[in-house]
Amino acid sequence: MSASKLAGAVHFGATLSHGPLLSVRRAAILIALIAVYGVIPILGNDYWLNSLIIPTIVMGLAGLGLNLLMGYAGLMSLGSAAFMATGAFATFNLLLRLPFLPLPVVLLLSGLIAGLGGLIFGLPSLRIRGFYLSAPTLGAQFFLTWLFQTYHWFSNNSMSLVISAPRLEIFGYDLSSSRGRYLLVAVTAGFLLLLAHAIIRSRIGRDWMAIRDMEVAASVTGVPIARRKLQAYVVSSVFLGIAGALWAFAYLGTADSNTFSLDKSFQVLFIVLIGGSASLFGNFIGAAFIVLTPIVLDILVPVLGLDNYIDQGSIANIEPIIFGALIIFLLIKEPDGLASLFSRTIRALSIWPLRR
Amino acid sequence: MTAALVVQDVSLSFQGVRALTSLSFAVEQGEICALIGPNGAGKSSLLNVINGVYRADSGDIIVDDRPFLYPTPARAARIGIGRTFQNNALFRRMSVIDNVLTGLTRQGKASFLELALRIGRYSAEQRVERAQAEDILAFLDISAHRDAIVGQLPYGLQKRVELARALVALPKLLLLDEPMAGMNKNEKAELSQFIADVNRQLGTTIVLIEHDIGVVMGLSHHVVVLDYGRKVGDGTPEEVRRNPDVIAAYLGTKH
Repeated sequence: MSASKLAGAVHFGATLSHGPLLSVRRAAILIALIAVYGVIPILGNDYWLNSLIIPTIVMGLAGLGLNLLMGYAGLMSLGSAAFMATGAFATFNLLLRLPFLPLPVVLLLSGLIAGLGGLIFGLPSLRIRGFYLSAPTLGAQFFLTWLFQTYHWFSNNSMSLVISAPRLEIFGYDLSSSRGRYLLVAVTAGFLLLLAHAIIRSRIGRDWMAIRDMEVAASVTGVPIARRKLQAYVVSSVFLGIAGALWAFAYLGTADSNTFSLDKSFQVLFIVLIGGSASLFGNFIGAAFIVLTPIVLDILVPVLGLDNYIDQGSIANIEPIIFGALIIFLLIKEPDGLASLFSRTIRALSIWPLRR
Repeated sequence: MTAALVVQDVSLSFQGVRALTSLSFAVEQGEICALIGPNGAGKSSLLNVINGVYRADSGDIIVDDRPFLYPTPARAARIGIGRTFQNNALFRRMSVIDNVLTGLTRQGKASFLELALRIGRYSAEQRVERAQAEDILAFLDISAHRDAIVGQLPYGLQKRVELARALVALPKLLLLDEPMAGMNKNEKAELSQFIADVNRQLGTTIVLIEHDIGVVMGLSHHVVVLDYGRKVGDGTPEEVRRNPDVIAAYLGTKH
């Protein structure tokens, strides 16, 4: 039976509404593009690029990876950093052992290797639901970091178990300057954002959200549950793996398995919660919050004169407490994340001229 | 006429409590069959057996003259059984159109890479899916709400979205679990009309659970009455209305 037998008018044209929100949004995207690929690489100095912008983008990518899994597919993971580590160690070994491979190919392959890890540690999701899924992903966290620490082959038998970046270059062009590393990070992030956008708007993304919202109804509706869950773990880990490689080599320069401890997994989790579950752009806002807040606190303490009252050691302890309190405050005030605050602001701005 | 659905000697129990006992009946192709009976009679359990949410202890489900072996919800969807739930089972945080499009997920052929990179079969598939979903939205008169988040819609509209999601893949057999629960008279009349239209215009065989006897008598061609997991009546609405067992079990002595 064909759908055309259905009675009733069909409104194709009406699907696209060119409201003010859309145009403001388009303008915002355009401005962001010009800023990211035009203004920042020209104007950004080494400090801004190295300490603020590169880590924000890379952690935003990691958040994006977890958000696809958690925010869209509704699956839990506490092992994000383990997949980042997998990507970082894979990149190190591929660059070292297969030096003829160009960097983009290496990053892609590293992502896929991390994705394989995601597939394996995602298997329990077929049997375990909800909060209990944190157990196997926590297992991934401890197993993978143990693996990279114990078998020295992964760090090319270096005594310190530290992996350091081989020369980053792309088709002969040296990327080791802060501007070069920034461009590597920004272009990678751009591609991955486009990819994530295409995936969540497709049948795959819809099925993920259907599983998240109501798994029984999804299966009755015909969603292949097991397949989609595993795909979510794989895609999420691919993103995390690439983010991990960039964190190790485009930001830090060197890394070991402690770089990707459980702390880092929690950071990625906070980025998703603060930025906004089921949002793409929110991850970068969340990442900016995570990266910038400690730096701002560092600056604020002497400005407010707190260092006269409290000794330096205590300040180092107080900062994480303030940071934690801020996270709790934000989650209470803005449970849908900063992305929702952001889009409300844009909406308010877009109708503002009409309000008068 | 062949039977669209045959329930043959089906029994189901939960930890010793019998929900269905040797239940048998047949639903003809293209008919609207109402399942009625008091609360706890086993109506919803029966729908759950038919589309594989529960596995019967014994007995067979035969769909289009073929036994439906090893039923699971996914297999039920594959052989063309659509379903709505007693309490709305929508994807609350998704838009109306996305909910409906999910009903088409099985027919998608484009691979993961084609979808992620927007190449190959992606655009053609996207166009066909959209058109099918828009057709159903128009048919059920909810086109205006296509971009609304389902969780924010009024109850009556949500029910129609759920119907649209079950219908969009044009199932041969549609199971509706109390589609009119919690509706007022007008909403019931409206939805009855939509169900009758679906049945007439799309030729969909429909099995529905309904408590409102007025609706049942007006809408269905065939009524099966359950009480304590057994069949106590089976026939046209008129026959069932006159059946003394049914009157005793369900309708009360005077109505």
